[in-house]
Amino acid sequence: MRNTTALSRRDFLAGSALVVSFSLLPGKLLAQTGAGQPTGPAFGSLKKYPYLDSWIAIGGDGHVTVFTGKAELGQGIMTALMQCAAEQLAVNPEAITMVTASTARTPNEGYTAGSNSMMESGTAIFHAASQARNILIGWAATDLGVDAAQLKADNGTITAPDGQKRSYGELINGRSLHVAATNQTNLIPPDQYKVMGKSLPRLDIPAKLTGGPIYVQDMRMDNMVHARAVRPPNYDATLRDIDTSAVEKMPGVIKVIREGSYLAVAAEGEYQAILAMRALQQAARWQVSKTLPKQADVYSVLQSLPTDSKVIDNRGNGAIADESAALRAVYRRPYMMHASIGPSCAVALFKDDHLTVWTHSQGVFPLRATVAKMLSMPENQVDCIQVEGSGCYGHNGADDAGADAAIIARALPGRPVRVQWMREDEHGWEPYGSPHVAELRGTVGGDGKISGWDCDLWTMTYSTRPAGDPANLMPAWYLEEHAGPPQGSQIPLPAGGGDRDIVPTYVLPNTHIIYHYITQSLPLRVSALRSLGGYHNVFAVESFMDELAASAKADPVDFRLRHVTDPRARDVIAMAAEKFGWSDTKPLPPYHGRGFGYVRYEMIKAYCAVAVEIEVNPDSGQIRVVRAVAAVDSGNAANPNGIENQIEGCIIQATSWTLYESVNYSESEITSRDWGSYPILRFDAVPDSVKVHVINRPGAPFLGTGEAGMGPTAAAIGNALAHATGVRLRDLPLRADKVRAALLK
Amino acid sequence: MITLKINGKDHQVETDPITPLLYVLRNDLKMNGAKFGCGLGQCGACTVLLDDQPIFSCQIPISILEGRNITTLEGLGTAAEPGPVQKAFIDEQAAQCGYCIPGMIMRAQALLKQNKSPSDRQIREWMQPNLCRCGTHARIMRAIRRAAGTVS
Amino acid sequence: MLRNLLRALLGVIIVAIVLIVGFWLWARQPSIAAIAPPDASTFDKATIARGANLVAMGDCATCHNSPEGHPFAGGFPVPTPFGIIYGTNITPDPDTGIGRWSEQAFARAMHRGIRRDGAYLYPAFPYTHFTKVSDDDIKAIYAYLMTRPAVHNVVPAPRLPFPLNIRPIMAGWNLLFFRPGRFVPDPAKSEAWNRGAYIAEGLAHCGACHTPRNLLGAEKTSERYAGGEAEGWFAPALGARSSAPVQWSEAALLNYLSAGFARDHGVAAGPMAGVTRDLRKLPASDLTALATYFASLAPPAPARETMGAASTDKASYQIATAQAMGQKGPAKTGEAIFAGACASCHFEGGSQPFHRPIRLRLSSAVTAPTPRNFIQIVLGGIQPPPGDHGRWMPPFANALTDEQVSLLAQYVRGHFSGKPDWSDIGKTVAQVRKGSGS
Repeated sequence: MRNTTALSRRDFLAGSALVVSFSLLPGKLLAQTGAGQPTGPAFGSLKKYPYLDSWIAIGGDGHVTVFTGKAELGQGIMTALMQCAAEQLAVNPEAITMVTASTARTPNEGYTAGSNSMMESGTAIFHAASQARNILIGWAATDLGVDAAQLKADNGTITAPDGQKRSYGELINGRSLHVAATNQTNLIPPDQYKVMGKSLPRLDIPAKLTGGPIYVQDMRMDNMVHARAVRPPNYDATLRDIDTSAVEKMPGVIKVIREGSYLAVAAEGEYQAILAMRALQQAARWQVSKTLPKQADVYSVLQSLPTDSKVIDNRGNGAIADESAALRAVYRRPYMMHASIGPSCAVALFKDDHLTVWTHSQGVFPLRATVAKMLSMPENQVDCIQVEGSGCYGHNGADDAGADAAIIARALPGRPVRVQWMREDEHGWEPYGSPHVAELRGTVGGDGKISGWDCDLWTMTYSTRPAGDPANLMPAWYLEEHAGPPQGSQIPLPAGGGDRDIVPTYVLPNTHIIYHYITQSLPLRVSALRSLGGYHNVFAVESFMDELAASAKADPVDFRLRHVTDPRARDVIAMAAEKFGWSDTKPLPPYHGRGFGYVRYEMIKAYCAVAVEIEVNPDSGQIRVVRAVAAVDSGNAANPNGIENQIEGCIIQATSWTLYESVNYSESEITSRDWGSYPILRFDAVPDSVKVHVINRPGAPFLGTGEAGMGPTAAAIGNALAHATGVRLRDLPLRADKVRAALLK
Repeated sequence: MITLKINGKDHQVETDPITPLLYVLRNDLKMNGAKFGCGLGQCGACTVLLDDQPIFSCQIPISILEGRNITTLEGLGTAAEPGPVQKAFIDEQAAQCGYCIPGMIMRAQALLKQNKSPSDRQIREWMQPNLCRCGTHARIMRAIRRAAGTVS
Repeated sequence: MLRNLLRALLGVIIVAIVLIVGFWLWARQPSIAAIAPPDASTFDKATIARGANLVAMGDCATCHNSPEGHPFAGGFPVPTPFGIIYGTNITPDPDTGIGRWSEQAFARAMHRGIRRDGAYLYPAFPYTHFTKVSDDDIKAIYAYLMTRPAVHNVVPAPRLPFPLNIRPIMAGWNLLFFRPGRFVPDPAKSEAWNRGAYIAEGLAHCGACHTPRNLLGAEKTSERYAGGEAEGWFAPALGARSSAPVQWSEAALLNYLSAGFARDHGVAAGPMAGVTRDLRKLPASDLTALATYFASLAPPAPARETMGAASTDKASYQIATAQAMGQKGPAKTGEAIFAGACASCHFEGGSQPFHRPIRLRLSSAVTAPTPRNFIQIVLGGIQPPPGDHGRWMPPFANALTDEQVSLLAQYVRGHFSGKPDWSDIGKTVAQVRKGSGS
């Protein structure tokens, strides 16, 4: 399997002619149009795309192609989905080639985001493969004249009791899998799993580690030009004046593209394009206005803006009657960045009135619709094909780079255009994670349990993805017919957007939670960042659980368990505590502390608990996570090592967010423009050990996992700080200077 | 014209000599190992070896490299026959998006060539210049420990 | 004859012994009784907090943190021209730290350079400055240190040659160079100036690096702030003798001391980077006072833009210049090296917020009388400590050969500073390479 994939991708990218033809090739032979299809059974995305051949194709040689509308983002989804298909289709992994998100070839599964891929695509492929296997068995029964119940499928071959065999390749000959899925699936039961639950090596790793052409950044097409966009000094700038004549004469420069305030340059060589971009930056005269509020005022501005306020959770008697008796705490989180290591990149080709964009967008279908609208082109003349990029962790610059490539390619018909963002572009122009303020109030009853839980949460949209509106593609803000400002939307609970995970899944008798959704977005651009509001909200909820536990003089883990009845939640909490050694009474060294955090992600997805031990530098106040232990229940675990990898990543990334990160800006510009002005975690701060324990539930539904560890890690660190020093910090990030100041108070 | 010795082989390059090595590797020589990350020498995605020592190829013009030995990821092994450090990373599944990993492997290669059994502290200090955003660090450290003693 | 000779020799020996014993008796300092380590609760919070800032003011962490970063646990090798002296353990560990030191013993060490057991400390520990620190401040520093966690860490003995390894010798050094006594304010000067002088001359011990030292390692009082050395870096002259093309204003000093960067001068690098990171923990009034004091050291003069304005065109480097050179083969000149390795960041102009690099014609490293700092920065770069914000330059030690570094230094000095060529570039490159490794 691995070799096949590596080879097919190599072919795809290495030979440029192949790439071009690829986009114009089949795909549409498959029934991927979406509209006019019957509604399928409620098995993930099968509901929208019920035809089995939307998901699975079998060649005459027995080779299987699996289509998914989800994208490999480095989360290992391609391997996990392959395992789902291999298990239920009863083929060996080596017989499968995966085709990921492409408007030309795969089902439209929206965005690869929100830890939804296993629940949507995984479930669909699991059932589609199983139903396809049953159909193959049916065909074999006909061909062999044997009762279907007597046939066995294994390794791509169906065998009768008398030893007669038919391979899938033989069976498919002249037949079609263009069959709508039914709501009856005869799934292979967990006790017969051969592939599911196995930590198969990821398909994409060997090529990534040996210089294979994997990323959109690695695409090289014949006659390709290198382009750079010239970004204004800030969001609201307009291009007043520029003399481009000198730049046009620079070596290698092909064209300076100017449309309204949109400015870019294309050159034969990449470094030539960079030098030309720098020269254009020097030459450009921008009309700049001071538009950003003082960074120090962000939270007061936040709470002063108009909101759409709603009670989103109200249990029992609702709000606490006597607020003076309640414990009160306010938690805050600043703007934070995706900050991908590889800046965004895209390749586009405009040829014969057809535009193809190769992009690392998380949603090629919505991007196609938006790019088409931005360029006033019919949607069927645009294709967007997902090619992996550097890890994105949400809506970063990927779509915008796609828009850049589209705009520039249209100005250079016939020549493939590669646009690579610079580091300062990525830092300065990506949409950030939104700031938050959450005020919590709680009471504990005489029984040592929480009797009241009130919350007011202020934040804004986390969704300004390009869902058909060019205003959400940043380059479009500067075109002649400019679009903007970006439009945000809400995501309803249980997933939620800014309010994700602010409603505790604990058993609480009385709650009153108000979400103040800010209808006017603050001037900094925001959108989906890993776990959306969940990171801050779990930090707030789980810090407050510890504060209430302290007021009840209870152990934090015991206190949580008092409010949990779901046995799977209890298992996860207990497992993390046990593997961490929570009940170990040996005192920690001075300035060491331990902390706990838990979430049922999005109220219905993975269960995840994280325990950490930290040490605090008694002079500088710097926190270091010494070790971290997590337990996670993702339901039916296709690839446990993949789940471990995701949660390990959550723990380390959330440690970086929690200890260091906030976007800095002046009144006129974003000042976090490189790794010196937006520092993130480096090797010095890596915990001595990170251990993740997967509780596998074979046969249970898949539960989204990839983002589940973010909030619990933040909370565990904050709780450990309080345990180590007695100091409770509620404003993220927990930077050394803040800890130091608090310690000296 | 400049002659670059890369992975033991001479390449004649006509590109403007001020061009940083990274762009020559990626575009002129069509090698994917070294990645563009920041162009500022801050993240290490572009790391290659110069006379066995790590450098940021995004910052080093080819004009100063004639006569020196450059090693890239491609010089360590292939998907079919990965080098010892590459193999250790594969065995530990030490990648998420994988974009930073080629640079990590190159920097680790230089360390393990001069130190057969680095301590955790030495590994951390040595790897400090390279950034990973997915949070694969713990696996990267495991892979480096696993590869210790295998590089000659 | 022989007898006379022996008698004379015996006389000499006796005199010598008498002198040595006399010196030893004179130099001998009493031990101060060990105490039981005081409980942390005996110190009040406000004093501890004040002590924290004073410890930052003194930049104690640089020499006294362990190489692994344990605060005040000692073991950091401090290079001196005479040998290596290891920062001592000043955590309250009773066996290896100062846990058994009374406040009186601590004050004596700070004010007079004498250990609790009566042994002499080496002046690498700047008691020559700390003698100026008020008793009240000593009390606060003691409170802060004694409330940090104790770390058991045995620090290696100093590596010094004979006779410097005999500690009582320092009594003689003190006699020659040490003037004990608290800071005396100058009533003619402002309160801020006096506060700044108290900090600079006392705890912050600025002269320890910025004043040149004599052969015996003592600061030359006649050449105060004329420029010295620290850990292989040149500590630039301050005040009247500064080589900065733009005079250091109070505002620039304040920026530099609090943010580690001044637009017209450059980035705090080398040992100064840690100093500014410690200083920014101080109250703003203290930083302003320091700026006031140092600004006063230069004669009041109209803006002293000597080289700058006149030669802007020549001194700048346009991004297109590199390409326009039309260079063909390998870089043989300093300019060709600069065009490739440096110009991608160090070009003038640009409307993007990101591209405002230090102007090289103003850079302290480029205008200094020695190429040392320039070479240090080229080889080692500039990076903020982990997790911290700061300006950035990558190291070029592994990329550039010694000859290339020398050509580059020559070119940058000549092209940007308009000052006389540096001598000894090659030698300095070799020295820095040896000291900093690569």
